[in-house]
Amino acid sequence: MKLRTPLSEKDVRALKVGDTVEIDGVIVSGRDEVHIRALEYAREGRKLPLDLKGGVLFHAGPIMKEEGSKWKAIAVGPTTSSRMNSMEPEFIERFGIRAIIGKGGMSQPTIDAMSRSGCVYLAFTGGAAIQGAEGIRQVKGVEWLDLGMPEAMWILEVKGFGPLTVAIDAHGNSLYKRVDEEVKANLAQVRNTLGI
Amino acid sequence: MKTSLLEEVTVNLIRTAVTTLPEDVLEALRRAEKEETSGIAKQQLKNILANVAAAERRSLPMCQDTGIPIFFVKGRCIPHLEEGIRQGVARATAEIPLRPNVVHPLTRHNPGNNLGQGMPYLHFEPADLDHTEITVMTKGAGSENMTMLAMLTPSQGLRGIKSFVLETVLRAGGNPCPPTIVGLGIGGSADEALFLSKKALLGRLDRRNKDQELAELEDELKEALNQTGIGPMGLGGRTTVLGVRVEAAYCHTASLPAAITLQCWAARRASARIMKDGSVLYSREGFE
Repeated sequence: MKLRTPLSEKDVRALKVGDTVEIDGVIVSGRDEVHIRALEYAREGRKLPLDLKGGVLFHAGPIMKEEGSKWKAIAVGPTTSSRMNSMEPEFIERFGIRAIIGKGGMSQPTIDAMSRSGCVYLAFTGGAAIQGAEGIRQVKGVEWLDLGMPEAMWILEVKGFGPLTVAIDAHGNSLYKRVDEEVKANLAQVRNTLGI
Repeated sequence: MKTSLLEEVTVNLIRTAVTTLPEDVLEALRRAEKEETSGIAKQQLKNILANVAAAERRSLPMCQDTGIPIFFVKGRCIPHLEEGIRQGVARATAEIPLRPNVVHPLTRHNPGNNLGQGMPYLHFEPADLDHTEITVMTKGAGSENMTMLAMLTPSQGLRGIKSFVLETVLRAGGNPCPPTIVGLGIGGSADEALFLSKKALLGRLDRRNKDQELAELEDELKEALNQTGIGPMGLGGRTTVLGVRVEAAYCHTASLPAAITLQCWAARRASARIMKDGSVLYSREGFE
């Protein structure tokens, strides 16, 4: 399934856990430091360098190379999303994020914020950074580069970015929760194997 | 020894480590892909294998998190060793390129060249050899952030160690980019146990532990952890770990330290031997 940015609430409400999607359009990278600064800006009433409404936030810290006046994406895979757990519900709701690309899943307050405002979590294979870079047509720009290359806000034009698995949908369903339940059910056997 | 040779060797080692996987790790990933039955799990492993092949073909880092450079140096002491390695790390960062990951711990200032106080991290093991062996491990933060230390009591024993491994892998879930390799350090002091858990990750997956008891523990833990169902990327499946490696040391009669370092599927390492005459031998899998 293809998604085109900016995303509407209807676009994302239509997605179900387990669906595979690819993205065309623009995605923006943001991890620990972008979350910290963007929320500070919002609380101080300052504007972000770009409007993220309907946007796709990519938990990623890429390797970029400067070639002349342009940046080239070398390796761009997802980072561990759970580090952003404490900041994500506010980030989603304040800035109108419709999709987050990451790895490893996110906590219940984020899942709840996604249900409330209409946002999905798309799992990208951790470490698949060449695959990620191949989906980037061009680096449109960078903001907050003073945070360092991994932490800056990179604006990426993408085509066929993915494949991404809908791992948390906008209806409170989470593939990770489902796996957690399966893991719990398997624990008796696991403990038996270990004799504990 | 001229620092330029050390610089060259360091760049070559890092390039090999970040753009290719050792054959034992690749083989374990291929086997996992064949054995998975769930569609999502299979797709994750397919993506991993295709990505590794593309990285090798294009000589680019397979993962954007090129980690922090950790060096294990063994054997003959050579002058200006640290200086040569530092120069190599800075050159590798610009040339390959690596992501500048190294920052000040409090100000978070990023110098941009992966160098700083105490970084790269060098571990020396002097030995009466006529060569110097250097192994690089580029360790990403996703898996490193899941590291755990437990100061168990002697009465908790092996049972306590097994529970600790299980709890750590369950808590980590999909965060460390499974399928992982579990490095388990048992005994020593607290810091030694942590060091052993990292050193354990340098062992080849297709070799059995030389200690029979530890080899059996590795097999048992691997079987059990793969029964959890966490699976590749925590999305469910049969392959949660590619292997478990254990290193042990004698410890205080009142202690039982146990440490776990998880290694993501991108188990990037490479070794070189610098001979007395200045010639260099390389091995992606590590010398035995």
